[in-house]
Amino acid sequence: MNLTLRIWRQKGPEDKGRMVTYPVDDVSPDMSFLEMLDVLNERLILAGEDPVAFDHDCREGICGMCGLMINGDAHGPQRGTTACQLHMRQFTDGETIDIEPWRASAFPVVKDLVVNRSAFDKIIAAGGYVTAPTGSAPEAHSTPVAKANADAAFESAACIGCGACVAACPNGSGMLFTAAKLTQLSLLPQGQPERYTRVIGMVDAHDEAGFGGCTNAGECTPACPKGIPLNTIGRLNRDYLTATAKGANNTPGS
Amino acid sequence: MELFTEGDPIADTKAPAGPVEKRWETRRFEAKLVNPANRRKMTVIVVGTGLAGGSAAATLAEQGYHVKSYCYQDSPRRAHSIAAQGGINAAKNYRNDGDSVHRLFYDTVKGGDFRSRESNVHRLAEVSVNIIDQCVAQGVPFAREYGGLLDTRSFGGAQVQRTFYARGQTGQQLLLGAYQALERQIGLGNVEMNARHEMLELVLVDGKARGIVVRDLVTGEISTEMADAVVLASGGYGNVFYLSTNAKGCNVTATWRAHRKGAYFANPCYTQIHPTCIPVSGDHQSKLTLMSESLRNDGRVWVPKTKGDDRSPRDIGEDERDYYLERIYPSFGNLVPRDIASRAAKNVCDEGRGVGPTKLGVYLDFADAIGRLGRKAIEAKYGNLFEMYERITGEDPYEVPMRIYPAVHYTMGGLWVDYDLQSNIPGLFVIGEANFSDHGANRLGASALMQGLADGYFVLPTTIANYLASGPLEKVDASHPAAVEARTDVEDRVQRLLAVNGDRTVDSFHRELGQIMWEHCGMERSEAGLRKAIDEIRALREQFWQRVKVSGTGEELNQSLEKAGRVADFFELAELMCIDALHREESCGGHFRAEHQTPDGEAQRDDDRFAYVAAWEFTADGEPSVLHKEDLNFEYVHPTQRSYK
Amino acid sequence: MAVTGIVLVLFLIAHMLGNLKVFTGETSFDHYAHWLRDIGKPLLPGVWFLWILRTALVVAVVAHIVAATVLARRARAARPVKYAHRKKVNGSYAARTMRWGGVIILLFVIYHLLDLTTGTLNPVGNESKPYGNVVADFAPERWYVTLFYTLAILAVGFHLRHGAFSAFRSLGQQTPRGERRARTAALVFAVLLCAGYLVVPFAVLTGLVS
Ligand SMILES: Cc1cc2nc3c(=O)[nH]c(=O)nc-3n(C[C@H](O)[C@H](O)[C@H](O)COP(=O)(O)OP(=O)(O)OC[C@H]3O[C@@H](n4cnc5c(N)ncnc54)[C@H](O)[C@@H]3O)c2cc1C
Ligand code: HEM
Ligand code: HEM
Ligand code: SF4
Ligand code: F3S
Ligand code: FES
Repeated sequence: MNLTLRIWRQKGPEDKGRMVTYPVDDVSPDMSFLEMLDVLNERLILAGEDPVAFDHDCREGICGMCGLMINGDAHGPQRGTTACQLHMRQFTDGETIDIEPWRASAFPVVKDLVVNRSAFDKIIAAGGYVTAPTGSAPEAHSTPVAKANADAAFESAACIGCGACVAACPNGSGMLFTAAKLTQLSLLPQGQPERYTRVIGMVDAHDEAGFGGCTNAGECTPACPKGIPLNTIGRLNRDYLTATAKGANNTPGS
Repeated sequence: MELFTEGDPIADTKAPAGPVEKRWETRRFEAKLVNPANRRKMTVIVVGTGLAGGSAAATLAEQGYHVKSYCYQDSPRRAHSIAAQGGINAAKNYRNDGDSVHRLFYDTVKGGDFRSRESNVHRLAEVSVNIIDQCVAQGVPFAREYGGLLDTRSFGGAQVQRTFYARGQTGQQLLLGAYQALERQIGLGNVEMNARHEMLELVLVDGKARGIVVRDLVTGEISTEMADAVVLASGGYGNVFYLSTNAKGCNVTATWRAHRKGAYFANPCYTQIHPTCIPVSGDHQSKLTLMSESLRNDGRVWVPKTKGDDRSPRDIGEDERDYYLERIYPSFGNLVPRDIASRAAKNVCDEGRGVGPTKLGVYLDFADAIGRLGRKAIEAKYGNLFEMYERITGEDPYEVPMRIYPAVHYTMGGLWVDYDLQSNIPGLFVIGEANFSDHGANRLGASALMQGLADGYFVLPTTIANYLASGPLEKVDASHPAAVEARTDVEDRVQRLLAVNGDRTVDSFHRELGQIMWEHCGMERSEAGLRKAIDEIRALREQFWQRVKVSGTGEELNQSLEKAGRVADFFELAELMCIDALHREESCGGHFRAEHQTPDGEAQRDDDRFAYVAAWEFTADGEPSVLHKEDLNFEYVHPTQRSYK
Repeated sequence: MAVTGIVLVLFLIAHMLGNLKVFTGETSFDHYAHWLRDIGKPLLPGVWFLWILRTALVVAVVAHIVAATVLARRARAARPVKYAHRKKVNGSYAARTMRWGGVIILLFVIYHLLDLTTGTLNPVGNESKPYGNVVADFAPERWYVTLFYTLAILAVGFHLRHGAFSAFRSLGQQTPRGERRARTAALVFAVLLCAGYLVVPFAVLTGLVS
């Protein structure tokens, strides 16, 4: 099939950037979306032009490195699918496809479709862990975990840190990402001691990073390739309220 | 000109003598310690944030060392370990099914086809139990029973249920555990994290590893980082085959650059081919996707009896199907080990009985299982895998059988290290898939995660102290002549790649190299094929340096430049892999030489001539490498012929 | 946000009940309106109580608007560059119209105050005869007023449909089942409220009340 791509091109952080149109011919429906971009880039390189920069690594939907706004949908039209797992059979011959980077001031554009998501790492560094230095661990079976909690914790732990939730949120909020990690840890016994310092630390880091506030718009979950549920945000709010009531200070791990 | 010369043998001098189960304890006691006050003054560079590098960096920082950590992705959380699906082994014997440290040790040595070190493997088995404790304490959400205790399953044909797992995302959950510990140390200022930085050179000062040269992948700035010791945890080199289950960025550059600086490269030809991957769908294919091995527990593998049978699988009657694994290996059937299942698939495809558009595929059929257990049960077990398959192929595996084909998955070879995980270069430590240490000629399923974490959490932090305690080393900084020289080398290399400005893309070269390797150094190798491959590789490498086209400049984010550097190193590695495969005139584990098979087509080891580790020393471009042999002797597990009939 | 929102909700409920008194006839409605002014007597002189109530309301509305504006400005700051390809709504429209809906409500309230509280814009405009005012207001020939009220009330309904759910969430609603319940509750509440308000103008319109 033949397609027309309109891709955001931006030389670097300072460049203003603009949409540029590229026709791409005889695309196979079996190609992944990124393989289709590879084809375009091969052509651009041989033509002496600058290939389109985009992030990707595993191409298996698990590393969370890829992330493209495709026709206004984070990771494209198919639900529960990352851009790298999206295949061209999802599109029709002759279609025009708009490809843009994630848009958020907390995710500044590095080049073309590549953005800097280190704000997510800062949120984790601010409390998204259990303080358990190597060697200090008790026997694994010393604390059983109710299966229901273990499963729910796993469901939230499945977050791949791709940033689609932020990209899709009308408020540019990173609440779903933050809530996913908080939910995982607050459902497990290992996460209890730091539960309330963690939520304050992570939410503060989230706000400092320049993400918007959550107004429960509910756009994030539909965009999330791992379907992290919205109610994790309710858990976050509840823990946050309790924490403020308790007056927990925001030095996680202390 | 001969392909290589032979040098003096080498030996691992660090493993203590005495009973194997006491060696690690003894070593820990003998190892010198660094007093906590001095640790703060010592800097350790860790290249890689996977299970091995991430766990090591976090643990070293917890111990009080100053750590500088590097990865090429935009976040340490994305290291390729994240893709591991199946699980992680540990000798907990929670199932009371007769497992034990000794059995895990035994199975690993045997599984490695008697080409690994007993001392290392035993230590791995001992430490395995602590890994699970550590990960649970971090909040890793392992699968659990209704009673709230950890669930385990049997994996890769193991007779005991010793594999811990978190759905199909074990690697992800384990890595996030290590990543969170690492982020905590970053937050506390003990680790200086450098994401989107690629190591392009190792810096030696008076024979000791003292630093690395890195390129900032965003600004293109090339800088030199100095330290008291360097740890490489840069993963495997399966991408030398272009198509593999590895992430696109996986590369050999870090270890290869160290090899060129004198570190020995051990057993480069040992590669693991995974039998159950989604077949190639066309030349646009950029990577291959693994379908968890667990599928073989319920799926039946078959091909049509007659070649070139193009009917749809459902029209092919039972009597016209060849369930070849069940036929050839009645006792293990579809559950034979990876190398055997892979080669069997290759053979039937070579006979022209392959299926699918490319004819390089075999059916993995769930019709029986669905009939027996019902669709619900299969959905519960494999639902997410079936979805992934349908997403990629557009076929519904509940209706038509899956098509699978083997793909490169793991590389057992790597930089040579001693019992302390230190290479022959003092101060250069190598952990995880990047070293050669524990899996011999073939890795058992769910053992790589175990090794990565064993190395990073428990082994390295102990053994590196022994080295650092021998200090203090003289202070050196980036202005040291050796450091400056290393940096200019890197800058020249970048400029050379940009200067060629030819008429072929990097990917086109990589693809061609991959085809050569897959053809001649893949599942089955032969002397003729390997010699042919070596010539072709050399010719193609010539071309590469004359015709490659890298667009853009070095002073910006330039992904084609990154690829070019990696592929250039793959060319050199590929040649050594073929030479290693050629010199090893036996079949063992992942290395199958057509000339060396039993009458019924099984791998034929030659323990008298080849029970050694082949450690290769780099001499100079165009000069033959030097082979150093480390003899392997087996006091506890006595070499036997593997048989799965 | 949630808290201020809820105060406003409470007022709306009370207010709706009050309005429904229309059906109990002129005297009792006027009586109610007057009573609104008189309760607290003799403790509080004149319309004090009402004024306390009004200040409470004003505070809530102001706080509410302030909170809303803060959120809106943060959101704007969080996405300085907009998407070229405007995406369709995957969540709920109610959620996406909170801000504009709110503003519309505000404008309505202002008009409404001038109309029925001060009487400035009211054909009868007799402060002491609210019943008359209301009836005059929604007289058939002044259909546009009714239309405007209707639109405004629908806006309120929309605002509350998401608002109420959002308030639950903001206050820590956290289970999937609870989520379904919260959403239905919010919807039912919004519908009832709209209905409760709309019957008045339409009753007048259709001459049911005159
Ligand atoms: C699809 C798949 C499934 C698997 N499933 C299992 C399983 O079920 N069980 C099991 O035990 N094993 C499994 N394995 C194997 C296992 O995942 C790997 O062997 C293991 O994770 C390797 O970990 P590592 O830390 O050594 O390297 P990696 O996790 O690969 O990390 C390498 C790190 O080094 C960095 N790096 C590399 N080169 C450079 C450079 N030049 N400069 C700077 N940084 C660099 C990377 O950024 C990365 O952070 C699987 C492998 C694959 C591909
Ligand atoms: C006067 C102008 C108004 C503006 C600008 C406004 C704006 C907003 C905005 C932007 C939100 C945030 C969306 C969210 O948090 O879900 C909100 C929430 C809400 N509004 Fe309003 N609104 C106004 C009036 C009202 C009125 C009159 C009521 C009551 C009848 C009301 C009830 C609520 C409720 C209950 C919420 C939910 C609070 C929460 O999210 O927790 N609002 N409003
Ligand atoms: C058809 C629907 C409505 C009718 C018939 C109605 C009627 C009235 C009347 C008669 C008064 C004057 C009370 C008095 O001064 O004694 C009043 C006041 C008021 N109404 Fe309404 N109203 C309606 C809808 C609304 C709505 C939807 C809102 C808010 C979103 C609202 C907010 C107010 C406010 C804030 C006052 C001032 C109360 C006070 O005097 O302190 N009304 N309304
Ligand atoms: S919550 Fe979902 S969308 Fe957001 S980062 Fe995690 S995986 Fe991506
Ligand atoms: S879309 Fe945004 S507003 Fe909240 S519910 Fe999701 S983060
Ligand atoms: S590239 Fe890893 S998730 Fe898409």
